[in-house]
Amino acid sequence: MSKNIVVIGGGPGGYAAAFYASDLGMNVTLVDMEKNPGGVCLYRGCIPSKALLHVAKLINESKEAKSWGIDFGEPKIDLDKLRSYKDKVVRKLTGGLGLLSKQRNINYVQGRASFVSSNAIEVKKEDGSTEQISFDKAIIATGSVIATIPSLQIESKRLLNSTSALNLPAIPKSLLVVGGGYIGLELGSVYAALGSQVSVVEFMDRLLPGADQDLVSHLQKRLSKAFDKIMLQSKVVEIKEEGEELVVKIENKDKQIEEHRYDYVLMSIGRKPQTAGLGLENTKVKVNERGWIVADKSLKTDDDSIYAIGDIVGEPMLAHKASHEARVAVDAISGKKAAFEPLAIPAVVFTDPEIAWAGITENQATERGIKFETAKFPWAASGRATTLDRSDGVTKIIVDPDTERVLGIGISGPGAGELIAEATLAIEMGATIKDLALTIHPHPTLSETVMEAAELFYGHSSHLYKPNKN
Amino acid sequence: MKQFVIPELGENIQSATIVKVLIKPGDIVQQDQSVLELETDKATIEVPSDVSGKVVEVKVNEGDQVEIGQLVFTVDADGAAATAPEEKKEAQPAPVVEAAAPAETPVPATSEAPAPAPVIEEQVAAPAPVVNTPVAGPKVIAVENQPPILQNAAPAAPSVRRLAREIGVDVNQVKGTGPGGRILLDDVKLHSKLMHQQRNEAQHIRAEQHQQPLPDFSKYGDVETIAMSNIRQKTAEHLSHAWHTIPHVTQFDKADITQLEEFRKSYAKTAEKFGVKLTVTAILVKIISSAMKTFPQFNASVDMQNKTIVYKKYFNIGIAVDTEFGLIVPVIKNADRMNIIEISKEINALAEKARNKKVGVADLQGGCFTITNLGGIGGTSFTPIVNSPEVAILGVSKGSIEPVYINGKFEPRLMLPLSLSYDHRIIDGADGIRFLRWVIEALENPMKLIIEG
Repeated sequence: MSKNIVVIGGGPGGYAAAFYASDLGMNVTLVDMEKNPGGVCLYRGCIPSKALLHVAKLINESKEAKSWGIDFGEPKIDLDKLRSYKDKVVRKLTGGLGLLSKQRNINYVQGRASFVSSNAIEVKKEDGSTEQISFDKAIIATGSVIATIPSLQIESKRLLNSTSALNLPAIPKSLLVVGGGYIGLELGSVYAALGSQVSVVEFMDRLLPGADQDLVSHLQKRLSKAFDKIMLQSKVVEIKEEGEELVVKIENKDKQIEEHRYDYVLMSIGRKPQTAGLGLENTKVKVNERGWIVADKSLKTDDDSIYAIGDIVGEPMLAHKASHEARVAVDAISGKKAAFEPLAIPAVVFTDPEIAWAGITENQATERGIKFETAKFPWAASGRATTLDRSDGVTKIIVDPDTERVLGIGISGPGAGELIAEATLAIEMGATIKDLALTIHPHPTLSETVMEAAELFYGHSSHLYKPNKN
Repeated sequence: MKQFVIPELGENIQSATIVKVLIKPGDIVQQDQSVLELETDKATIEVPSDVSGKVVEVKVNEGDQVEIGQLVFTVDADGAAATAPEEKKEAQPAPVVEAAAPAETPVPATSEAPAPAPVIEEQVAAPAPVVNTPVAGPKVIAVENQPPILQNAAPAAPSVRRLAREIGVDVNQVKGTGPGGRILLDDVKLHSKLMHQQRNEAQHIRAEQHQQPLPDFSKYGDVETIAMSNIRQKTAEHLSHAWHTIPHVTQFDKADITQLEEFRKSYAKTAEKFGVKLTVTAILVKIISSAMKTFPQFNASVDMQNKTIVYKKYFNIGIAVDTEFGLIVPVIKNADRMNIIEISKEINALAEKARNKKVGVADLQGGCFTITNLGGIGGTSFTPIVNSPEVAILGVSKGSIEPVYINGKFEPRLMLPLSLSYDHRIIDGADGIRFLRWVIEALENPMKLIIEG
């Protein structure tokens, strides 16, 4: 007898769960508010931002080409056309998911779901009608919402969040990005490439808290040229609209209040879980003090018939974590002994240069008192990086000196996001750094930097002379 | 006082940014040790020190823009000699993934405390996210993108971990045979096989203990049923386990202790001055600890699961003591470092503690070899059971005058019967008798102890 499964939320966690459950022969209903599956990632996150970052990269490279003897002239930007290119990418991918859903005979219901019991949901559709759907097992994959600071939340079209910023309302002359995390830096980079004067204000003493500083420094250096101003240890205390401008009061690191004027302000201070409206009170599902649903290793909540995956169960709020959890939850539902226990979840910041890491960071190792050594290969010594005129990168391997096991890898540089996949596999396989050193990497590619960093651990990289440590 | 300045960094490089300062005042710096991470237009560089000594003052901070030739820190060159070079700051102890050493206590204990089971801290994947939420001002959500699992997780590929989970093996308990201790598919399978074997053995032991139901003895006469004491239970379980897992061989021989006995009597007064009675057991403790140095396989334990033999470099001798509460085996620690008087004192102290029921768990742990002397009561020989995880035990019976054929005639000699039981898995028969002969020769000619022990 096949099980009736309801998946709430059609993002990278939800649709992966729905598709996999269907592939295993379960009867699947997928509920989402959009016309097609995709979620924040496809509609308002990863995908549209990457389409725009691709354009930004092209603009920047065309400028850099001047120093290589090629002058494309000033770019002419047709914002409507650019927007429709981005929309086309989104439509194509979400439409594709809709088709994949149909092909699997998944019952796709557009609307907002809430639990009425531990075995049924009610879906409120756009036309106001409701439908009750009962299930044997449900998977909550409703994701996260944009975090806001209520005191700064004024009514103005000039105050953007990540969603409205991706809709490219205009190319502001000046833009303040509030929050130096990956969302703000990615979107800030897009607008800077399009011609805006971009400033960033960050509460912490560094951009991208969480990433190792030696990885961030290359980015910070480049951004300090691309951006107008990077204000660290600073916070916005007030935003007011005056005429065609937003007047922003910023408390700087010396606790002085500065006043700045911007065309637009982008709030990108992070994302948070939201369970209100899900009807969890009608189930045994528990939510912790931070708002995240409590789930065990198999992603089962305190309610035996309800699982939860993705952003709603906690950090890291990443699409690839959600899709992996989707498979774990469905495996568990199908009766397998499944557990979410990755050794590494890669993180990628798609700025220029990209920053990516997997496994343990140097910061974490130091904080936790884990014994480690690092091997770092600067891209200045990479032939491929030089052909790209991009020596501003580094590949760093964090190693357990006793077993020589690879504990983590961090990469900064163009394409770091692609390179980190090898690192993740190495960590998951329990590879030693010798394995990386002894694996032939293709020449001339940036992937060689992984091998050369590993060789450096033994003190003998071909392209970097390092006098013997002893 | 020496200075360290920013050295030449390469062609056309005038300045650099300090990414990391790797030293702080008070550190001992060695020449060529990395002291700074600098970032130039071209690369990030680790800068080695060209001076050695104790860091007095650091003049730069992380994030500073520095120029070639700029002063970075000063060292007191004499300070280096005074203190041994410190380890790099990363050299903090790593968390131990493996379980504690196999619990060593199966000796029956008076205390309630059971042997500590090996504990592996389970690193759960449940997210422990770090969110920085300052009360006022912008909320900053730190990108804590890694689950905390890495710290203690065993090095095994995802497919291997999955198999382990599916067949009910805790992958963190598996011994990896791959490079860097990596756990291979075969390691998981072997572990699972051993688990089943052990389970079967345990069931077998239980089955033996429970055996067949007892008949109704009351049919034949009055009976009284009394619950086993804690010591009795532990003794029963422990000895069943030892009997079941160790293939025993018992070797008998006799030592001529006529001379030793004469000496013991003549020395008795002197011993009294030290407040002890010189006993054969005390002398045997000394002899055994010396014999184990000559025959290290007698100071070992067998690990069948990992197919290893653990050789101990310390010499702790247990002595079976008969108390009114039952059998216990206090341990004389580091017997090889004591003289016989000291050993006698230690035996007296432990025996006293045992009779007063004041023996602590620590007194019963860590034994390498056990001596059980029943000679005070009688007997011509017996077959002691090895006190697992030790591998040998010496049983002493009652000495008696026997006619011994010496130089063409029978002479009355005081002969002490000895029974050596050993674990035939790692001790061969020839070594068994060699060991026992060594002990006997030492009893017969104590000079041997001085010369070889």
